[in-house]
Amino acid sequence: MDERAPILRTEGLSKHFGGLAAVREVALTCRVGELHAVIGPNGAGKTTLINLLSGDLPPTSGRIAVAGNDVTGLPAHRISRLGVGRSYQKTNIFLPFTGFENCRLAAQSRLQPSMRFFAPAHAHAPTRAAAERALAMAGLEGRADVVAASLSHGEQRQLEIAMTLATAPRLLLLDEPLAGMGAEESAQIVALLKRLRADHAILLVEHDMDAVFAVADTLTVMVDGAVLATGAPDAIRANRAVQEAYLGSGEAENVSS
Amino acid sequence: MSAASPGRRASVAGAAVLLACLAALLLMPLGVDKFYVQLVTKMMIMAVFAMSLDLLIGFTGLVSFGHAAYFGVAGYVLAYAAPQYQAASLWVSLPLAMAVSAFLALVIGLFVLRTSGVYFIMVTLAFAQMLYFVFHDTKLAGGTDGVYIYARPDAALGEWAGGWKPFDLENFVHLYYVVLALLVLTWIVLRRVLDSPFGRVIAGIKVNEPRMRSLGYATFRYKLASFVIAGTLAGTAGYFAAAQFGYVNPDLLGWHLSGSAIMMVILGGMGTLGGAALGAFMMMLLELLFQGLTKHWQLLMGCSIVGVALLLPHGLLGTVAAWWGRRATTGDTERTDG
Repeated sequence: MDERAPILRTEGLSKHFGGLAAVREVALTCRVGELHAVIGPNGAGKTTLINLLSGDLPPTSGRIAVAGNDVTGLPAHRISRLGVGRSYQKTNIFLPFTGFENCRLAAQSRLQPSMRFFAPAHAHAPTRAAAERALAMAGLEGRADVVAASLSHGEQRQLEIAMTLATAPRLLLLDEPLAGMGAEESAQIVALLKRLRADHAILLVEHDMDAVFAVADTLTVMVDGAVLATGAPDAIRANRAVQEAYLGSGEAENVSS
Repeated sequence: MSAASPGRRASVAGAAVLLACLAALLLMPLGVDKFYVQLVTKMMIMAVFAMSLDLLIGFTGLVSFGHAAYFGVAGYVLAYAAPQYQAASLWVSLPLAMAVSAFLALVIGLFVLRTSGVYFIMVTLAFAQMLYFVFHDTKLAGGTDGVYIYARPDAALGEWAGGWKPFDLENFVHLYYVVLALLVLTWIVLRRVLDSPFGRVIAGIKVNEPRMRSLGYATFRYKLASFVIAGTLAGTAGYFAAAQFGYVNPDLLGWHLSGSAIMMVILGGMGTLGGAALGAFMMMLLELLFQGLTKHWQLLMGCSIVGVALLLPHGLLGTVAAWWGRRATTGDTERTDG
């Protein structure tokens, strides 16, 4: 085991929607320097898991700790301010604003105190710099002044990630960041994830198995809301139960190629 | 970011129009009758009221249908603050009226901001009507008849200034310029607030509140602050309205006035300060025009509101700005200056 304490730790985390158990007794950890990928078929509860971790949904039972603090049931904005940044599977940006303003607004959320009424927002240099850095990291430096609604679908996906980075999180919760991206952008984001891993804890939900096996340090396989297996990529690939339940013979070949 | 030159040109044009309007307002009392000076005074008061509502509707995305509550209550504060047949001190009664409307907006905001959408509209209306009936059905301040304010607020300073009186609100020209100063000041304050980090946050809340929360913003507090600022400014307008009219009655906080304010904002264009002010002016001009034509003037008023809603969905100023924007073919729709 790594000596560093995990940034994220969950125990017995569950979410029920009426009679449906979307997430069942999930225990997982994520450390700085670790990219922990969560995979599983559609409907396995991956996005619900992220929603629980980010505070978008309250869990039915179980505990979530971020950097040792119990954050179970805290609202999303409080969890965000503890250094947790999330991106959404369905692009969730400010369409009427420019790409720059989307990121500037994200970076501005870190101001202390946050409510400032009089000085112009655009004159605050550190916030602008953070926004420009985040745009550059996500590969959007040339598109800063374009209104988000006019960006291509792939660029909007990149902006989604840039906004998450602009809040300077220690823990990143990325929900299918590569969905809808072209091959070139995907490669760019995979390279970015490898760089970010050095000083972030990253929880990645992703369907692109090539990307997952290329970047993940740890894999958790979810099926029907529960964790089927957790381990290093090689161990998961060799796991018989995982092959049967999820990867399937065809995909397993794909993965090992 | 390099300032795009078409955007820059549009804001230069906007500033030029604004300065021309200001010059016209500054010079107007020199050339027209008392009636028109008083009319424009009233229009400017309503423009302040409409701009305060636009902060909620156009900039925060909160459609308040009870905005007259703060307007009317501040008027009643002036009526209470004035000793009978004597003038209240402007320097005491105005801050008092603003403080009371701010406090009222804080308390009401704590309740109504827990709702959203159509429920928010209904709950803001309900609170305002509650206050309306408090003044309507009790003998607190004259019941349905309201009370007269016999003397306008006294602007004389205290002993330390030798009782110096910088202006006299009983003089209609002085009142006009004081209200003009209020209009300009309100515009400057709101413009600065909207450009501040706070203003960018409420703009984000209007577009996508859940995302603002996940970025770490406690959105409730921002909406509450916006609600209190809007209520305070509405109260300031209501104070001067009561001072000008010389009476207060429950209609000053009724839903009819709240509805008129919404129509002013829609008429001029939501989300543009200049639009809200323009809407207030237009609405009162139309009222005057139609009243001169027929006693069924409200029919014509209704038709013209429907016409604007159908033909100019972004209001008068919003339509002009969009037209200008298309001409300049700039991609910057992030903000429409007004």
